[in-house]
Amino acid sequence: MKQQRKGPRIAWSAHTALLPMGATVLIAYVVSMLWTVRISLSSSKLLPKSDWTGMTQYVNLFASNRWGTDMLHVWQFGVFFISGALVIGFLLAVFIDQKVRFEGVFRTFYLFSFSISFVACGVIWQWMFNPTLGIQRSLRNWGWENARFDWIASQDMAIYCVVIAVLWHSSGLVMAILLAGLRGVDEELWKAARIEGVPRWRYYLSIVLPQLGAAVGTAVVLLAISVVKLYDAVVAMTNGGPGDATDVPSKFIMDNLFERQNIGLASAASTTMLVTVLIIIAPLLYARSRSRAAGGHT
Amino acid sequence: MKNLNMTLLASLIAGLGISSPALAQKAEVIHWWTSGGESAALKELAVAYNAAGGQWVDNAIAGGDNARAAAINRIAGGNPPTASQFNTSKQYHELIEAGMLNDVDAVAAKEGWDTWMPGPIKNVIKVKGHYYAVPVNIHSGAWFFYSKAVLAKAGVAEPKTEAEFWTALDKIKASGQTAFAQSGTITYERATFTATLLHMGGRDLYMKFYGDRDVNTVKSAAFKTVLEKFKRLRTYADAGFAGRSWNDTTALLVTDKAGFQTVGDWAKGEFLAANKTAGKEFGCFEGWGPKSSYMVSGDVFVLPKTSNKEMIDAQQLMAKVITSPKTQVAFNMKKGSIPIRPDVDASGMDICAQAGVVALKDPARATPDPSMLMVPDIYGKVADVITKLWNTDMKVEDAQTQLVSALTSN
Repeated sequence: MKQQRKGPRIAWSAHTALLPMGATVLIAYVVSMLWTVRISLSSSKLLPKSDWTGMTQYVNLFASNRWGTDMLHVWQFGVFFISGALVIGFLLAVFIDQKVRFEGVFRTFYLFSFSISFVACGVIWQWMFNPTLGIQRSLRNWGWENARFDWIASQDMAIYCVVIAVLWHSSGLVMAILLAGLRGVDEELWKAARIEGVPRWRYYLSIVLPQLGAAVGTAVVLLAISVVKLYDAVVAMTNGGPGDATDVPSKFIMDNLFERQNIGLASAASTTMLVTVLIIIAPLLYARSRSRAAGGHT
Repeated sequence: MKNLNMTLLASLIAGLGISSPALAQKAEVIHWWTSGGESAALKELAVAYNAAGGQWVDNAIAGGDNARAAAINRIAGGNPPTASQFNTSKQYHELIEAGMLNDVDAVAAKEGWDTWMPGPIKNVIKVKGHYYAVPVNIHSGAWFFYSKAVLAKAGVAEPKTEAEFWTALDKIKASGQTAFAQSGTITYERATFTATLLHMGGRDLYMKFYGDRDVNTVKSAAFKTVLEKFKRLRTYADAGFAGRSWNDTTALLVTDKAGFQTVGDWAKGEFLAANKTAGKEFGCFEGWGPKSSYMVSGDVFVLPKTSNKEMIDAQQLMAKVITSPKTQVAFNMKKGSIPIRPDVDASGMDICAQAGVVALKDPARATPDPSMLMVPDIYGKVADVITKLWNTDMKVEDAQTQLVSALTSN
């Protein structure tokens, strides 16, 4: 009783332990972010300059054809990748949930691709998609002499090659997250549904899926982060080509930061990315805090 | 990391006032020459520097971008290396403006750089009357290489004019072989455009575009023709070019699977590695006719600003050693480039390099590389348009419009 009246006790030791982490976050992330915003308002090229040029870099950025294309690509990639990874991940999770034998083997098998780096993943799929080395050639060797599979050389389809490669990489992770969620669903529900004559697919779709909100949310956040981060897989697979068919904002930023010696423009692009992400994440965080305040669990 | 620690340690000791008598002039050098042929060439510089009483501390960083970024970070951070590699271009001009480089005027005056240094190189290393970079070699990025076997199979000889070049392409294509090998990287798509502009559009057009950033030139009919010819080259390329690196592309010529490639003279390394000799299994020409332009580029070492007397001495010694005739020949023979000095013996070099030496002596032929004329930012924007033109069905007129906005951007 005595303790409660004092109000919440400050856990000094815990806070002290967290101090180095807090300092790192503050210096490495927050200060760097502010610095980036500052640079984006200057005329910096190779070296940081301390002049003020207002929104000039942003005007240049949005006037650039390449940036527009890059933003379009990231949306295109994001939509197909996130929805694809959720569908495939869910199907794999449901499959393993059927009490299959050697479940551990399958689980490891599906999760295995996630342990490969994006660069290695990109290189593997570049070979697979290469018309003169990979799938097309195999098909032709097996007798389909006119088989054509040259998406990676095509302006319109190359971005989907990247989607497929990264899907292969990340679907296993979604499976693992959703499987954990599935295991949390009460088995009695299936027994009840079976008595009612509900088919299995309907059971998963209408009864299980709505209960997986938290797991799906976690998966979407992780996938969305890899959409924004998308860089190494593209560089390894296509280096943004053919032309600018698979160019993405992070590659634009890296090009301008180093080879093109335009850190002002690169910083403006980075800041734009940050703001975009904040606009998307802010409502999510708000909804979460609301539901938590209301006693919900998401 | 070890080098960094050593430098830190050294500066600590210096700070404490315990200066040890200098036995050797220690020079930490950042560079990106990491491939087999490159590091063999670099070793010649290190050996010569050590023989002259210095001590070469090697700091190789793979990839030009990475090496330059590391050097710039260390220079801006106040912990510069003794010397750092850049391309003979505008890459380091902002460092000069910011007063972050030491000049090499003393060595330049003593060696008479003013009298013999090729114009295009002098123009990018001498800023406001001072020399700020030490050139080591001359490369050229607008060569045409060809496989003699492929040309023979199609029944064509080495083209001596532009018209013969197009005929040769047609005949090779008709013989069922790949006529034109193109790398699918943005840099090499731009390189092919640059070669087309210089050798088919002419030096004037080239200089007005890259040098003067002249908008009316881009809008002109002559420039449009160049863009059309560039697009026409696309029709001779094979389907597998997407994403292909320049060396994989050169490999097509080495293995006699493709006729021509426009690439820099660094491609010779690929032929040499396969035991092919210039003039025997493969040929080279940079443009057509005895007056064709020769596009000059290369590498330099810049010497970051420091007040440390020992480091300045080391920098001066380095400038002297790597431009000396003996080191120049030894280095360039292994690098595949040509010496910066006209007064060296070129007889041991291959026929392509010898043709380069001849072309370089004529100021009307020696032409600066685009990177010497354009800042990296705008040069990059040009590449963005060129890669679109090459890879999509973009109209030539649209390319002209977009090039105008690239040239006028700031």
